[in-house]
Amino acid sequence: MSMLPDLLLVMLVLGAALWTVAARDRRSSVIGFIALGLLLALVWMRLYAVDVALTEAAVGGGATGLLLLRACARLDSIDAGKPSAGRTLQLLIGFCCAAMGVGIAAAALGGPDLPPTLAPAVAANIDAVGLGNPVTVVLLAYRAIDTLLEKIVLIAALVGVWSLAPDDVWGGPPASLKLAKASEPLTFLAQILPPVGFVIGVYLIWNGADEPGGTFQGGTVLAAMWLLVMLAGLAEPPETRRALLQYLVVFGPAVFLISGFSGFWLAEGFLSYPTGFAKTMIVALEVALALSIAVIVAMMLAGPSARTPR
Amino acid sequence: MTMFWDAMTIVFVSTGVFFFLAGTVGLLRFPDTLTRLHALTKADTLGFGLIAIGLLPQSADVRVGLKLLVIWLILQFAGACSGQLIAQFEHRSRHSS
Repeated sequence: MSMLPDLLLVMLVLGAALWTVAARDRRSSVIGFIALGLLLALVWMRLYAVDVALTEAAVGGGATGLLLLRACARLDSIDAGKPSAGRTLQLLIGFCCAAMGVGIAAAALGGPDLPPTLAPAVAANIDAVGLGNPVTVVLLAYRAIDTLLEKIVLIAALVGVWSLAPDDVWGGPPASLKLAKASEPLTFLAQILPPVGFVIGVYLIWNGADEPGGTFQGGTVLAAMWLLVMLAGLAEPPETRRALLQYLVVFGPAVFLISGFSGFWLAEGFLSYPTGFAKTMIVALEVALALSIAVIVAMMLAGPSARTPR
Repeated sequence: MTMFWDAMTIVFVSTGVFFFLAGTVGLLRFPDTLTRLHALTKADTLGFGLIAIGLLPQSADVRVGLKLLVIWLILQFAGACSGQLIAQFEHRSRHSS
């Protein structure tokens, strides 16, 4: 009986995945992908991986979905009337994707019955760090190098988006996100929701130390609030050449790097924390990182510069 | 007393699930966007409200209960606004074509 909801969930996930692949036009496919992200978040909840569930819902379903929808809108205006990729190319892409899927499935199913795990080692040493959430401990203490590189990849992604801007508008603000015709419910939503969402975002970041939550989840919620305000036309996207904006983008990773190097003098080496100060430093790092993530995600979704700088 | 609260949970959550079911049937069966939206918002608002009330007696402490209420309020707000947004979009696309 208790298997039934899980089986239904698995079938829904497979259905949404099939829909995403089989949908004829781009937009339906992206909407299928967003639904898939939300269903996957439920799957992670069933696996008791609340941190991953929150990230999947915020980043996989929300931010990535919006990014793909905006890419759709951009592509529609670019390749209207152009023929789509040739049959051979389509078959080749399909074959490569299928080979990748089979490879991952083989790796996941073909491994030993009990995969090697470091979870007991983390659980035994969690008190040394002083945080209550083992996921945050792994992300910011034991595997801090991965987390650091992940943040640098985010900056690279934003540079990629920004570099799509033509030369004559370089440094200017992204295209206005405002709708052509003002919508009263949207304006109302953008006036009431941001204060609430801001508190929830900060709560997720602060809670990440001891409970599920953290920089990515909280940062994405903050970014969503900023985007909502821009969508309703209550604020315009900032010019990408603005120094403050660029400092905010690199602030978190820079603080992370500085704290990492300070480990050479204050602790045992790169990215290690001095005894007794681990929790303080990790919480400070999380706040800085979340701020940068919020700005990066919001600017990535706002898109490249599209208007001449003033 | 626990039995009373458990009974209350069962009654409220079942009623809430019924509204979700009815809303889903409406979403699948109704002919156009506005009527489907009508079915959907009823399920969201009433169904989730009843489920939240039903879960209140099961919350471990006051904090969890308050969180449930806050989630309910935010969901009400988001549901009402997105319903209006979709309806407005539909209305405009009908009248422009």
